[in-house]
Amino acid sequence: MTALPASTQKKLGLVIDLDTCVGCHACVTACKGWNTQNYGAPLSDRNAYGDAEGTFLNRIHAYQSQPDQGLARTTHFPKSCLHCDDAPCVTVCPTGASYKRAEDGIVLVNEDACMGCGLCAWACPYGAREVDEVAGIMKKCTLCVDRIYNENIPEIDRQPACVRTCPAGARHFGDLADPASDISILVAERGGVDLMPEQGTKPVNKYLPPRPRDTIGAAQMSDDEDILAPFLAPVAEEPAGFLGWLDRSLERL
Amino acid sequence: MHPAPSVILFSTLSGAGFGLFVFLGLMPVPPVGWAAFVFFAVAYALSVAGLLSATFHLKNKKNAWKSYREWRTSWLSREAWAAVFALLTMAVYAIALIFFGVHLAPVGWLGAILSLATVFTTAMIYTQLRAVPRWNQTATPLMFLTFSLAGGAMLSGFVTVAAAFLLAAGGVLLWHWWKGDRRFAEAGTTIQSATRLHDRVTLFEKPHTGDNYLTREMVFRVARKHAVKLRVIAFVLAVVFPLILLLLPMSHALAAVAILSHLAGVLTTRWLFFAEAEHVVGLYYGAHLGKQARAA
Amino acid sequence: MNQPIVDLHPKTGDEVRKTTCYMCACRCGIDVHIKHTPDGDKVAYIEGNRDHPVNRGVLCAKGSAGIMQHNAPSRLRSPMKRTGPRGSGEFEPISWDEAYAIAESWLRPIRETDPSKLAFFTGRDQSQSFTSWWAQAFGTPNYAAHGGFCSVNMAAGGIYTMGGAFWEFGQPDWDRTRMFVLFGVAEDHDSNPIKMGIGKVKANGGRIVGVNPVRSGYNAVADDWFGVTPGTDGLLILSLVHCLLKAGKIDLPYLRDFTDAPVLIDARPGETHGLPLKDDDGHPLVWCRKEGRPRCFDAADVDPDLNGAWDQDGVTHRTVMHHMAHKYLDARYAPEAVADRVGIPAARIRAFAAEIARVAFDEAFLLDVEWTDFRGRTRKTMQGRPVSFHAMRGISAHANGFQTCRALHVLQILLGSVEAPGGFRFKPPYPKPATAHPKPHCKVTPGAPLDGPHLGFVHGPDDLCLRDDGSPARIDKAFSWDNPMSAHGMMHMVISNAHAGDPYRIDTLFLYMANMAWNSSMNTSGTMRMLSDTNEDGSYVIPHIIYSDAYSSEMVAYADLILPDTTYLERHDCISMLDRPICEAEAAADGIRWPVVQPDRDVKGFQTAMIELGARLGLPGMVNDDGGQKYADYADYIQRHERRPNVGPLMGFRGNGDATGRGAPNPNQIEEYKKNGGFALAHIPLEAQFFKPWNRAYQDWAVDLALYDKPQPYIFTLWCEPLAKFRLAAEGYGDRQPPDHLRHRIRTHFDPLPIWWDPTADHDGGGAFTINALTQRPMAMYHSWGTQNAWLRQIHGRNPMYLPTEIWTRHGFAEDDWARITSPHGEITVPVAHMPALNGNTIWTWNAIGKRKGAWALHDDAPEANKGFLLNHLIHELMPPKKDGMRWSNSDPITGQAAWFDLKVAIEKVPAPADGRTRPDTGRQASPVGQGPEVVAWKV
Ligand SMILES: Nc1nc2c(c(=O)[nH]1)N[C@H]1C(S)=C(S)[C@@H](COP(=O)(O)OP(=O)(O)OC[C@H]3O[C@@H](n4cnc5c(=O)[nH]c(N)nc54)[C@H](O)[C@@H]3O)O[C@H]1N2
Ligand SMILES: Nc1nc2c(c(=O)[nH]1)N[C@H]1C(S)=C(S)[C@@H](COP(=O)(O)OP(=O)(O)OC[C@H]3O[C@@H](n4cnc5c(=O)[nH]c(N)nc54)[C@H](O)[C@@H]3O)O[C@H]1N2
Ligand code: SF4
Ligand code: SF4
Ligand code: SF4
Ligand code: SF4
Ligand code: SF4
Ligand SMILES: [Mo]
Repeated sequence: MTALPASTQKKLGLVIDLDTCVGCHACVTACKGWNTQNYGAPLSDRNAYGDAEGTFLNRIHAYQSQPDQGLARTTHFPKSCLHCDDAPCVTVCPTGASYKRAEDGIVLVNEDACMGCGLCAWACPYGAREVDEVAGIMKKCTLCVDRIYNENIPEIDRQPACVRTCPAGARHFGDLADPASDISILVAERGGVDLMPEQGTKPVNKYLPPRPRDTIGAAQMSDDEDILAPFLAPVAEEPAGFLGWLDRSLERL
Repeated sequence: MHPAPSVILFSTLSGAGFGLFVFLGLMPVPPVGWAAFVFFAVAYALSVAGLLSATFHLKNKKNAWKSYREWRTSWLSREAWAAVFALLTMAVYAIALIFFGVHLAPVGWLGAILSLATVFTTAMIYTQLRAVPRWNQTATPLMFLTFSLAGGAMLSGFVTVAAAFLLAAGGVLLWHWWKGDRRFAEAGTTIQSATRLHDRVTLFEKPHTGDNYLTREMVFRVARKHAVKLRVIAFVLAVVFPLILLLLPMSHALAAVAILSHLAGVLTTRWLFFAEAEHVVGLYYGAHLGKQARAA
Repeated sequence: MNQPIVDLHPKTGDEVRKTTCYMCACRCGIDVHIKHTPDGDKVAYIEGNRDHPVNRGVLCAKGSAGIMQHNAPSRLRSPMKRTGPRGSGEFEPISWDEAYAIAESWLRPIRETDPSKLAFFTGRDQSQSFTSWWAQAFGTPNYAAHGGFCSVNMAAGGIYTMGGAFWEFGQPDWDRTRMFVLFGVAEDHDSNPIKMGIGKVKANGGRIVGVNPVRSGYNAVADDWFGVTPGTDGLLILSLVHCLLKAGKIDLPYLRDFTDAPVLIDARPGETHGLPLKDDDGHPLVWCRKEGRPRCFDAADVDPDLNGAWDQDGVTHRTVMHHMAHKYLDARYAPEAVADRVGIPAARIRAFAAEIARVAFDEAFLLDVEWTDFRGRTRKTMQGRPVSFHAMRGISAHANGFQTCRALHVLQILLGSVEAPGGFRFKPPYPKPATAHPKPHCKVTPGAPLDGPHLGFVHGPDDLCLRDDGSPARIDKAFSWDNPMSAHGMMHMVISNAHAGDPYRIDTLFLYMANMAWNSSMNTSGTMRMLSDTNEDGSYVIPHIIYSDAYSSEMVAYADLILPDTTYLERHDCISMLDRPICEAEAAADGIRWPVVQPDRDVKGFQTAMIELGARLGLPGMVNDDGGQKYADYADYIQRHERRPNVGPLMGFRGNGDATGRGAPNPNQIEEYKKNGGFALAHIPLEAQFFKPWNRAYQDWAVDLALYDKPQPYIFTLWCEPLAKFRLAAEGYGDRQPPDHLRHRIRTHFDPLPIWWDPTADHDGGGAFTINALTQRPMAMYHSWGTQNAWLRQIHGRNPMYLPTEIWTRHGFAEDDWARITSPHGEITVPVAHMPALNGNTIWTWNAIGKRKGAWALHDDAPEANKGFLLNHLIHELMPPKKDGMRWSNSDPITGQAAWFDLKVAIEKVPAPADGRTRPDTGRQASPVGQGPEVVAWKV
């Protein structure tokens, strides 16, 4: 199975909005909960009540960026498998446990075949794969393949656990091969980008970059024309003048 | 990358073992009988011990046999095949020499090619990983091959050839280091390309307080000062010292010292091979950021 | 080659049981997927309830990790009696009978002689209408929940000004708002609704503005960030008010019709100076522009004049608007005058005001909805003002927080954006003005109930809770001259006052769900000492401590008797209209919890235990005429208890199951709630959804729903009359007089119009401590109780102190460095980290990550107990001594709100401790529940 399909009928994936993600980690625990009870071995935690170390398929990083001019920013950055079109994790796998589904492009690990060599995790530039130390097998985001088609759950819930739970609506799921899908349109409108394009993995998941920040007052700071100034054109400088204006205005009401 | 002892041991020992096979396979007049037995025993011991130690880092050994499936795409699978073919071919060759005193030269040549191929496939497992720019360079397979051949030549007693390969390996090693130090920058993967954020980007918070598989496995950091010292030690032990010893009048004891020094040196280079390798995922965890900030 | 066959259709569980989350006070609806196993029903997966009004299907990190909370190894297993010294954590398990007998042996004598010797304080209580009812029946005046140290400034500031507050009692009109401004919010109670709202505003292309010293979380996604200096928001807001007034960017019809801006203020010198003029019925007077005479504000045809003036007997009474113009147009509120102080350049303040003005007035819109106001005037449309605000502890947990919260409400009201489409809207049971709330009661009669509810809103010195000698009647000194308007009590003062015997000694301290020996106390080490301090004879200074927790917390170790609670999935609860319901701006809603699984330990829902204990004590309301226990358990109480005839804890499915709001008790009520997804909803008709305080349709709807018994329209009070009354008392008027040492403070701080003062000035130790130090709530942790959750604790298992670039470089800090941080009263040694997006003179850390060794069933190598720390060690419950040696409570002088964020510190780089552990070390407690397992990896 290790050969990548020449093409996939769909490219199911996630679109993650870095402008909106508040970094709440809801998607992290929803993912952990679903995937512990479903697909394959449970996601374990070792020394769970001490210096704990567990397996997670989705993790939220946070970065700060400092421009030369202007205010520093903080960005929350969720990361799970990007279901790459040119997935190096798949081709390196000797056992065929790693594969990319021809029908929807989801990259999965067949746990029955995995020998836990870790090579696929080495091959993934994004850190999207983790060996579960208790089960001894490779774990990764399944794109909730056992939810999105699941006839035992209501149709409206057939989406990844992380998407369903995200309170801020920063995660979107759909078919990125279909240019007319909601998420393809979102990507086009918001200028969605690939992570590490130079790695040549052709990720399916896209990230929507944060919108420009700190524009209130930016004009004054850069001596541009201040388009907001008219909104504060004074009606009076002194209380007496203000009260006069008040009288006149009340008259007009 | 985290220098896992089993993997380091594997690549060092099996490299030397398969190198020895190469020379045994190519010798115009190979030893026979007991002498052959000793040589092949050493070669098998090294290569098989190496292979076995490699399985230590498998988390799910019961599926190890499945690694033969994906030879079409996976270098690890190809390595498994190559190793088996090499060992089997060499077995035929060895049995003929040891028990029948017969030199099946073409089988030896085939075995030698397969042995070299095994070393090459091992190297390619690392070389192919774009996510580890230091490994992802031409010098990686060359280094594995030259060291394997140098080790093999020393073990098989071809002093001049050994000296030549040692020189070659030394050169390739320096090249690998020199190029390796530039590969991360050349690969073009930066915290900015990783996050697609702009300006001076630093890590605010890791996703989790503790370690995880990734940080343990791939975000290993070796102090720069430390690395330089180790490089000198490695180079001296693996190349310089054995070369000097080889130039002295030969004795078994000296040869043994040369070989041990060489193997210790190669072990050190292999430790560095891992410890110095920076996986791009480290960027997400704030590793290499200092370096990038300085470069920027 | 064929792809492996994947099971695409696994069953999530055998059954879904719908209840309410309790990993925080947001109270989202959850679908608990249950599997039937040979060992009984097991929780397999928890996800959000899509129909639930609060969360619409989403869950936060804590909610999604509820399964690990429910299965935490730290769960208490049975009642316990202390065997070792206080703090040691040594206990022996006992039966419930023995536990009740012990409690009864302490409480019965108190009740018969002096009920005030019981201090019953409940922390993160979601059943306050029940617990306060219990305390009232017992007869002690000493009851409150945690509101006083949490956010009473927010609640009281809102209720005194506009009859409702942010907190969880109101929300922006998320669908229509174009600019959403957050002041000092990291997470708040309304956690999921705020996140959903932020997502919605962004999706609609609106702007989000964060005013916060720290740029993380909501402030990180804010389009604009104002990194204000802590404690100065009041000044910033009043500067915005200054700009808007000057530019005339205020909503005049709104101010005229719905607020006290046109109300006349008594200008006569003397005992009524500064009070609103009123008619004989107590209705405020406005100057009628049409008739040129003062008239009652709610007359049908009155035309209130914002600039009216009434010349009477040689004095001129002027309007509130007039007073505001004089106050806020003053140059000291100009952006240039405040910029340095608030840490934001004047140009940005001005631009901020301009953008608010632009959105409020240029993007204003009309909703085509007809409605009739309280004066009987029908309006064809509703005026939209798409600017909305939200604020929380960042402004309320400062000692000037009450006035700052009021300033913010004044700003909202000037813009006409409260209860307007696109603005901020109340959720039922709000709007409800301070005057419609009860007043506090404190009359103690041995063997009898208290004379009324403990907590409430005072309107002047007459309403204070004082004893005959003028000393505080309550152990926490709430509603005393120290902090007259302390509407939620002052839980943060209970332990230190009880320890000091000031104002009196108590016998039993009874706490519920409050980790007072740890993160919910200021001065944590000191509090631990007070809890275990002994008299000369070896007896404890606080003789008895009863505590109910569900988990093995730090506080457990300091109690004598433990009443173990269930987890939230194992008990009945009601999220009641009498308390803090889960309403939306468009609907009233309440809900339940019910045992979706049965406890496997000898534990009881706390409320059920209280019903049993109350019955044993024979408390009125809890026993039948024959003396037998009246309610079988809490569920029975929820269904049968009536507060007023036909009004009970739950509004839904009353009577035969078809009545909402009013109706006879229904024995099937809880079953009906279960069937309905765990909640009940009553939608507000469209014409009643806005302008609710003045909207007839809303008022009538609210009466129907039993929110109140007759319409109670009111006007917003920019001028806070109770403050004026206290100020008059401080000036010597009236017979209830403050002690002299408080006169000056009351005179200067109790201004009926919002003012600003520097709340941190007294904390700087004469200039030695100059840096502001704060905490923030992590979104994925709930106070101390997230730590026992194996998943959540991996996200936040330690907490560095974050330093801004200025401090980082000034002190030459580098990665992995440590610092000693000192305040006027303590020191901590902690790891530091660099954060550029931070106010330059502020440092902060995550709240409540540090843990005591041995607590929460954690192993000794848990990072929380080694690398984590509490900032609380640096915060004292008392301010540094005054010149006269007096130590005032570290609280807002008006409301008693704990001033967590007034802390000032000094910082110094130190070598990392050899053991890599933070200081101080508070020792180790034994774990009565053992330690959690090594590996967690299970499937149900
Ligand atoms: N996940 C989670 N949710 C919770 C809780 C929890 O523990 N965890 N606790 C619940 C409880 S009890 C409460 S009270 C609420 C509290 O909810 P929040 O009010 O959001 O609580 P804090 O985290 O204390 O946030 C204070 C914020 O104010 C900022 N701040 C401090 N001083 C100032 C100031 O002077 N000006 C301004 N503008 N900002 C300032 C801080 O940087 C911080 O962002 O959260 C509730 N929700
Ligand atoms: N430095 C600093 N300190 C602060 C604050 C701050 O901002 N900064 N914020 C303050 C504020 S606003 C608050 S509200 C407090 C919060 O502080 P606390 O009220 O102490 O909150 P928790 O730590 O959640 O502790 C509540 C206790 O309830 C227990 N508990 C949990 N679930 C249940 C249950 O189902 N039943 C029972 N009976 N018990 C249960 C927990 O085990 C825990 O021991 O912290 C305050 N402390
Ligand atoms: S993100 Fe990593 S694991 Fe996922 S498909 Fe791409 S390379 Fe493979
Ligand atoms: S760890 Fe498993 S899935 Fe990954 S490469 Fe090895 S065998 Fe394949
Ligand atoms: S798609 Fe499913 S498996 Fe992947 S991150 Fe989201 S919840 Fe986890
Ligand atoms: S749930 Fe949504 S907002 Fe929260 S961390 Fe995940 S992506 Fe971000
Ligand atoms: S916000 Fe989270 S923890 Fe709080 S009630 Fe909702 S889901 Fe539960
Ligand atoms: Mo709170």
